[in-house]
Amino acid sequence: MSIRANYLDMPLTIDDLDGENLEYFRHCAEHDFHLQQCDECKLLRYPPTTACPWCTCLTSTWTKVEGKGAVYSYEEVRHGIQPAFQARVPYMVLLVELDTQKGKPTEHESLRVVANLTTPDGVLAPPDTVRQVGIGSRMRMVFSDVGPGISLPQWTLDEAAPQPAKPWRYPQE
Amino acid sequence: MPLPADTDATTPKYLRDKYAIVGVGETTYTRGSGKTTRAMGTFAVRAAMQDAGLKPGDIDGMLSYSGNDSTPSPFLAGDLGIRLNFFMDVNGGGSSTEALIGIAIGIMEAGMCKCVAIFRSMNGYSQVRIGGTGARSAAPVNGDALHSRAYGWQSAGQMFAPTFMRHMYEYGTKPEQVAMVKVVHSEHASNNPKAFYKKRYTVDDVINSRMICKPLHLLDCCVETDNATCIIVTRTERARDLRHTPALIRGVVGRCSKPRTDMHYQHGPISRVAGYYAKDILWPNSGVGPEDIDAVGAYDAFTFTSMLQLEDYGFCKKGEGGEYVSSGITRLGGKRPQNTSGGHLCEGYTHGMNMVIENVRQLRHDADDYCPIGPDGKRQHTFDYREGGCRQVRNIEVTANLGWANPMTGSAMVMRRG
Ligand SMILES: [Zn+2]
Ligand SMILES: [Zn+2]
Repeated sequence: MSIRANYLDMPLTIDDLDGENLEYFRHCAEHDFHLQQCDECKLLRYPPTTACPWCTCLTSTWTKVEGKGAVYSYEEVRHGIQPAFQARVPYMVLLVELDTQKGKPTEHESLRVVANLTTPDGVLAPPDTVRQVGIGSRMRMVFSDVGPGISLPQWTLDEAAPQPAKPWRYPQE
Repeated sequence: MPLPADTDATTPKYLRDKYAIVGVGETTYTRGSGKTTRAMGTFAVRAAMQDAGLKPGDIDGMLSYSGNDSTPSPFLAGDLGIRLNFFMDVNGGGSSTEALIGIAIGIMEAGMCKCVAIFRSMNGYSQVRIGGTGARSAAPVNGDALHSRAYGWQSAGQMFAPTFMRHMYEYGTKPEQVAMVKVVHSEHASNNPKAFYKKRYTVDDVINSRMICKPLHLLDCCVETDNATCIIVTRTERARDLRHTPALIRGVVGRCSKPRTDMHYQHGPISRVAGYYAKDILWPNSGVGPEDIDAVGAYDAFTFTSMLQLEDYGFCKKGEGGEYVSSGITRLGGKRPQNTSGGHLCEGYTHGMNMVIENVRQLRHDADDYCPIGPDGKRQHTFDYREGGCRQVRNIEVTANLGWANPMTGSAMVMRRG
């Protein structure tokens, strides 16, 4: 069953043949983060793919993954391009490296999950929160509910985790 | 130089210098061309034919690239009375130029045609904006794009920024150093009558310009323009009877990529770009190395893109790009000037074509700068690189072009003066 939804007045759609994305976002709608785990080599992968990037195996099992990690890189958008985001600057796009499968299967590989910086309830974070986050900040996954069968995974500061005294930020503030 | 095991350099070595760029042409760089991509493309192909001294019957192959924002080859060929033995219009932007030159060599080597015009025509400001503003930015977000566009992560600058930021984190690269890319390219543009922006900028101008997407200021980003560009490739033996000294193609790399092209940030180091892999094809196949290059066209969609490519192709050590671009080496009069026309940051945005065109003119020793024309009809270069002066590189023999699609994919080419 296909998905037609709206998020920030932006139409989001998933076709009925797109099984991988339907399943990925269906788990998110239940506020559970699942990734495909290869049935052969047992590696998890992100984003959804039709075959295993390491062994070409075509079958996988959706597996619950802990949504915790550290900011690996980031950007801060000041000039919005898409209409949905033009009025929502500044906003942050975070590349967060999951603790799960970090540095595997080789040193430079990890599961690096992209999302915005949001409040704990999945709303784009206000400017004073944006200023607190940098490379090394500890994050936990939350969700923005979009509609039936689809929520977007998002990142918020992990209040329970010890944070770096000074996460790395762009030198010119 | 040792050859990488996974590249068979036998054929490229055989083809070294066997093909050449014999004609180049372009429209003016404008914002508001008032013309269709068909009209502009036709103008550019015709200009390149005239530049080479070729007639419509001499061209029998055409290649073009676009993001569905151009006019396909058959219309331009029809407009100019060219009967095609081969054509192909491919999807793509940056990194297509050098890749299509490689395809042109391949189809001629296969005996499918004998002379190929490659063009890119785009109303990159007035119709389909390259920065992504306009109709494309409002399109519904479907399927795989949900993992990027749903997060306001769409334009080129937005998609590349995590690479740039991580580079600053890992190597301590400073905004003032990166800004020097714009400063130097703007100096070169001030000696290019064709450049859309001829003004010289300072480091302060760049770092005080408004932030678009941290770490990118407005002046770290290239200029969107309307233009069409064309280059003509044929066999070197045919090139000998044409109008200009040919630019011989030593070696070419096309759309060489990092792992995990579905989402390259999964496989680091993410501060590394495709040149890391492409260099192992480019240098052995060309039979030269970075030290042999007299001038570079390093794709400057952003200041960072030039700098990162220079590192990964080995013009400096990884992480030392900031020092390299601030050292004076890249200036006219320096050891290895780059983007001598002003590039994408200043001359105009062409998805790579203008930086190849510039190197062809440099290798002819005929840069179209402000130097006076002598009694023989040729420019008398002064090599005075002050504003409004010369931009010809003295005694230039070998050039490199480093084409960029995004951090994961790049193309490259080495040419030498024929
Ligand atoms: Zn596998
Ligand atoms: Zn001159």
